[in-house]
Amino acid sequence: MQQGDMTPVAWPSDSLTRVPFGLYCNRDQYALEQERIFNGPTWNYLCLAAELPRPGDYLVSGVGEASVIVARAPAGELNAFVNRCAHRGSLLCLKRRGHAENITCVYHGWSYDLAGQLTGVSFERGVKRQGGMPAEFKRSEHNLRRLRIAEFCGLVFGSFDDGASELESYLGPDIAARIRRVLTKPVKVLGRTTQMLPNNWKLYLENVKDSYHASILHLFFTTFEINRLTQKGAIVIDDSGGHHVSYSVADQAADNSAYRQQALRSNKDGYRLEDSSVVEAVDEFGDGITMQILTVFPGFVLQQHLNSIAVRQLLPRGVDRSELVWTILGFEDDDHVMTERRLKQANLVGPAGYISMEDGAVGGFVQRAVRGLEEDSGVLMMGGSDARSQEFRTTEASVRGFWKKYRSLMGA
Amino acid sequence: MDARNPGVPVDQAVRLAVADLLARYVDVIDEGRLEAWPELFAEKCRYLITSAESFEEGLPHGVIYADSRGMLRDRVSALREANIYEPQRYRHLVGPIWVERETETTVRVRSNFLVIRIMHTGDTMLFATGVYRDLVDISSAPYRFIERIVVTDSHKIDTLLAIPL
Repeated sequence: MQQGDMTPVAWPSDSLTRVPFGLYCNRDQYALEQERIFNGPTWNYLCLAAELPRPGDYLVSGVGEASVIVARAPAGELNAFVNRCAHRGSLLCLKRRGHAENITCVYHGWSYDLAGQLTGVSFERGVKRQGGMPAEFKRSEHNLRRLRIAEFCGLVFGSFDDGASELESYLGPDIAARIRRVLTKPVKVLGRTTQMLPNNWKLYLENVKDSYHASILHLFFTTFEINRLTQKGAIVIDDSGGHHVSYSVADQAADNSAYRQQALRSNKDGYRLEDSSVVEAVDEFGDGITMQILTVFPGFVLQQHLNSIAVRQLLPRGVDRSELVWTILGFEDDDHVMTERRLKQANLVGPAGYISMEDGAVGGFVQRAVRGLEEDSGVLMMGGSDARSQEFRTTEASVRGFWKKYRSLMGA
Repeated sequence: MDARNPGVPVDQAVRLAVADLLARYVDVIDEGRLEAWPELFAEKCRYLITSAESFEEGLPHGVIYADSRGMLRDRVSALREANIYEPQRYRHLVGPIWVERETETTVRVRSNFLVIRIMHTGDTMLFATGVYRDLVDISSAPYRFIERIVVTDSHKIDTLLAIPL
């Protein structure tokens, strides 16, 4: 796609504190994002290595709008390639996950190995010496389009761009350390759900990175007067601005029983939890951090809320729609009590989450409000004007960081 | 006493009382009387909303999971007092019910459902379809759910799931 065909949204200035609303609804902008961000020098979360334990296991994931297959080849290595036959462009894998020795297109029967190499073409020599491929046809010139692939702490990322730096340097030391903090040992999948969001993909990312709204939009903890025991918190932003961590630390005295007592004691206003097991947590990482939300640009979230751990993959599905794929995790060595604890605390997050259901709708509120009046801009001045790490959470620094990274990739 | 007789038909009185429980469930949700919803469950119960894909794979997580009537009441008070969501209603349509005797005091019940979501804006959508897989306590009247597993056909949920299915 030529840049000349496109009219991207103009920014009012170099400042990160103004965000034009047109970014959420402009179709040219959306098309350029596919090219420069998702197909550009970024690493996009694809899946967990644990989801493909055996050679022959495959699943269908995505990068931006593109459908991508991740497969474990016979030698054990993971490969990622576009889910599109090199012949006529048909989808290859129709199921979300499966097990196979090779991948065959249903349309004309072209067949590929689990590294994406073309291994078979039906009627390659024709039928009864008629038809068939000409002599200059070479299978090796028609392999599936591959992505670079890299694994970090069991998270599998893919990139279309040979220019993207190695995954760990893309993440930077602070973000890498915060991923390591949670993904300390082999994980197991407890569940999956997909949330269809009625908004542009960037509105969800902004929401996840926005630590300002949390205590205002999400009233569960305050309504039930559950002290979150989280007086301290901070924001960590990588040098590029694109990745972030937001976390809260419990009081030193905080423990499981303190949570329980607080939940049950606060009944003077009539609102209290009858069953406080939904917030009964253990300090499994031993550092008192009760909440850590981490993003990797452009569309990955790692969440630890108490003992509820999940990864989220954000996929754009048109200028005003996106898909949020949740994978809810535990660890392989969890006992029954720990698994039950995680399952109960999972009520806090997700599309029906006590402290997160609003996030599914609020992007749509912006999307509906900017329609028809796209020339105006929003404001991001809380906590200053830059995109650096801060020792408090009443800030929009990580949202500004998102736009810093976004603008550098979009050339804006 | 092992009275487990799966597949044994139940008598009409039991079937009618089970049908009544399922009808009341739909009524309290669709008519907005959510406070009555937890009372249809036993004190110690299990309520789970999962997808067919997760259910068939044996994955235990659900977008809503409760193992006590207290947790269900908490869900209602959170919806009333804490959570912010646009005004909306459901219209449930529940198909024929299949009842099998589990023990002397319990029956297994399966029924198909459609849930249509009507937003305050008038926007109406087919929000969920699936199967209710229930274990019902029939030891005394009124019958109550010991377990209700809501298995949605699709793994996709539009925007948010506030009101229980």
